[in-house]
Amino acid sequence: MTTEKDIVLKHPKDPAALLDVIRDVQSRFGQVSDEAVGRIAAHLKLSEAEVRGAVTFYHFFSLSPRGASTVYLNDSITSRMAGRTAVAQAFEQEAGCRFGEVSADGTVGLFPTSCIGMNDQEPSAIVDGVVFTALTPDKARAIVRGLRAGTPARDQVASFGDGANQSDLVRAMVVNNIRRRGPVLFGAHESGAGLRKAVSMTPEKVIDEIKRASLLGRGGAGFPTGLKWEFCRREAADRRFVVCNADEGEPGTFKDRVILTELPALLFEGMAIAGYAIGAKTGVLYLRSEYAYLRAHLESVLAGMRRQGLLGKKAAGAAGFDFDIVVKSGAGAYICGEESALLESAEGKRGEPRDRPPFPVQTGYLNQPTTVNNVETLATAARIMAEGAAWFKALGTTQSAGTKLLSVSGDCSRPGVYEIEYGLPIADLLDMAGGAGAKAVQVGGPSGSCVAPAGFGRKIDFSDLATGGSVIVFGPDRDIFEVVSNFMEFFVDESCGWCVPCRAGNVLLKKKFEKVARGLGTASDLRDLEDWGRLVKSTSRCGLGQTSPNPILTTLKSFPELYAAKIRTGEEFVPEFNLEEAVQDGCAAAHREPECKESLDE
Amino acid sequence: MSKPVIATTSLAGCFGCHMSLLDIDERILKLVDLVEFNKSPIDDIKRFTKPVDVGLIEGGCCNSENVAVLRSFRKNCKVLVSVGECAVMGGLPALRNSIPLKECLEEAYLNSPTVDPGSGIIPNDEDLPIILDKVYPCHEVVKIDYFLPGCPPSADLIWEAVTALVEGRPLNLTYDMIKFD
Repeated sequence: MTTEKDIVLKHPKDPAALLDVIRDVQSRFGQVSDEAVGRIAAHLKLSEAEVRGAVTFYHFFSLSPRGASTVYLNDSITSRMAGRTAVAQAFEQEAGCRFGEVSADGTVGLFPTSCIGMNDQEPSAIVDGVVFTALTPDKARAIVRGLRAGTPARDQVASFGDGANQSDLVRAMVVNNIRRRGPVLFGAHESGAGLRKAVSMTPEKVIDEIKRASLLGRGGAGFPTGLKWEFCRREAADRRFVVCNADEGEPGTFKDRVILTELPALLFEGMAIAGYAIGAKTGVLYLRSEYAYLRAHLESVLAGMRRQGLLGKKAAGAAGFDFDIVVKSGAGAYICGEESALLESAEGKRGEPRDRPPFPVQTGYLNQPTTVNNVETLATAARIMAEGAAWFKALGTTQSAGTKLLSVSGDCSRPGVYEIEYGLPIADLLDMAGGAGAKAVQVGGPSGSCVAPAGFGRKIDFSDLATGGSVIVFGPDRDIFEVVSNFMEFFVDESCGWCVPCRAGNVLLKKKFEKVARGLGTASDLRDLEDWGRLVKSTSRCGLGQTSPNPILTTLKSFPELYAAKIRTGEEFVPEFNLEEAVQDGCAAAHREPECKESLDE
Repeated sequence: MSKPVIATTSLAGCFGCHMSLLDIDERILKLVDLVEFNKSPIDDIKRFTKPVDVGLIEGGCCNSENVAVLRSFRKNCKVLVSVGECAVMGGLPALRNSIPLKECLEEAYLNSPTVDPGSGIIPNDEDLPIILDKVYPCHEVVKIDYFLPGCPPSADLIWEAVTALVEGRPLNLTYDMIKFD
């Protein structure tokens, strides 16, 4: 029988292997025991604290047992809107334990997790690495019964989704839901055409072409891609790296899932172009753990591209250009979508953001100059090289060239991915997606903006509503306060804890918000929410804390009437504290009657 | 014109903040000139005898008596200041907040190594205040106007805050007053 020792010794004695070792131990034993922590630390010459620190940082690793089989049920707002509560109850009844626990017989563990990139087919869960979508209470019960009867999760997937989801290497029930194919990502593309054109030019010319196309980063921040490549190329170094950020964790985003499923060759071509432009030999695809089911498929596409001569030595036939791509897995952490946290994680550590400067283009992966680009950005770069900057610039608006892949979910009849030209008003998108009568639209996920109907004329582009691609539609009956509460809970969970404004500020914001939501707020509480929100945004270390107050701040702005109806007027202060409730436990423990002396110093 | 009136109390605190207040050294003579003390452990006045301008609160609320005292301070003081970590955040006593109250009491009174096995009892005399389910910072119970952080806040910070309040001038916070590590 394989022991923890065997698994640990199989790995190189290299601290960079930390996450790989932990992943192996976790998947084989359902936990990383104290003994395993000691073994891993000794093998990799790390302290036990470092190993424990990494285990406890990631959602899918655990020091305590997670069961022979583990169910991770998505807890995002769209999952709740699609009936998560009933599904969760069914899991709990059938397993005989609550979420956060393992069943008494040790066979099944139930755990909540943040958005797994299936917002268009909720409620969804990952069971032993296998994705289950569109769950119902019956299906949930069947899964647990099957696991108990010895049927592995992968054998419980009865039918497969469309496209590459059906391939032998994926075999997933996930459906692509491609609702609108635009000219850039879904335009006809001859594999390798962009790369071959790139290597026929000098790297500087390639960067010029991308700059002329005005390609801005598709992950949400919108940094000019050509400029990033130029900065990276300009750094003096022996080695440089291209890193693809495939860690889309913003709740409501799933467009990279579709690119990774259907257009991986285009993405890899884009990485090779970036490699050629900056002078890198290695590309790293950092794949979020939730998409691990695509890994074999991606590896096989890479192998195919090597056979075609598009990757490897003399890539695309260019003398002196050797370029290949490796895939690294995440382990469940929203913060790893932040580029410097991603680099830490790719190096096998806790995914905590780095101080900047130096920026990744200066000191990135393995402390070498690195360009970190979004999946969609790299795929788009490949298309720009194939079709030319002028073609690309003709699409979209002057400020925001090209197209954007949106992930639309929530209360709409046609959820899925839409490739639209920049400049599209929200109202038009709602028409396309069948979201008539929406009460609000969340653009850019929890860290983006909550837009009220009065703002449905606003446009998706970098000058108005910039977005990584998440669009969640809320129908007329949705409670905006429940949405905000869910989003704040998400940020509290996902804060890495490094800096105080984010670690403590989000908790305080959430508490204060819930006080208001319970009808115990006053005008001063709303002022606090705004002040504290601004403080957290302006003093946090990375993008997480710099955007996490947005659910509160943008709804305060878009829905002032909802807040006005919640607060008490004419009172300066209403405490949340309730003495009668607060003394109950103490009375019970001491077997006393709750009689409080209230009349001191009247 | 009569002097501004000050009251102080220590709720779930350690009196360290009061010690820090006394640490103003010879300025205590100026303080006597500047203000009059009402209810406070410093002069041992037990009950409010007149309206108070500034109430200084040390400690959070861990039992029903703390809540009653804090509420009476709110009622009798124009301005309330949370002084020190325990009043501001709950402080050290709030470490128990992550442990259910029953477990805390059983550990202290029934299962502690110094308890004769089987003879322990969770205190239940009706004259004792009732312990709260957790320790609350003061601003969750009543409206608090100002907060002085620190464990304890330095004598200089307390002096500056109190004199600024009674003189009605803005605070002059020097670097060492707000440097806490």
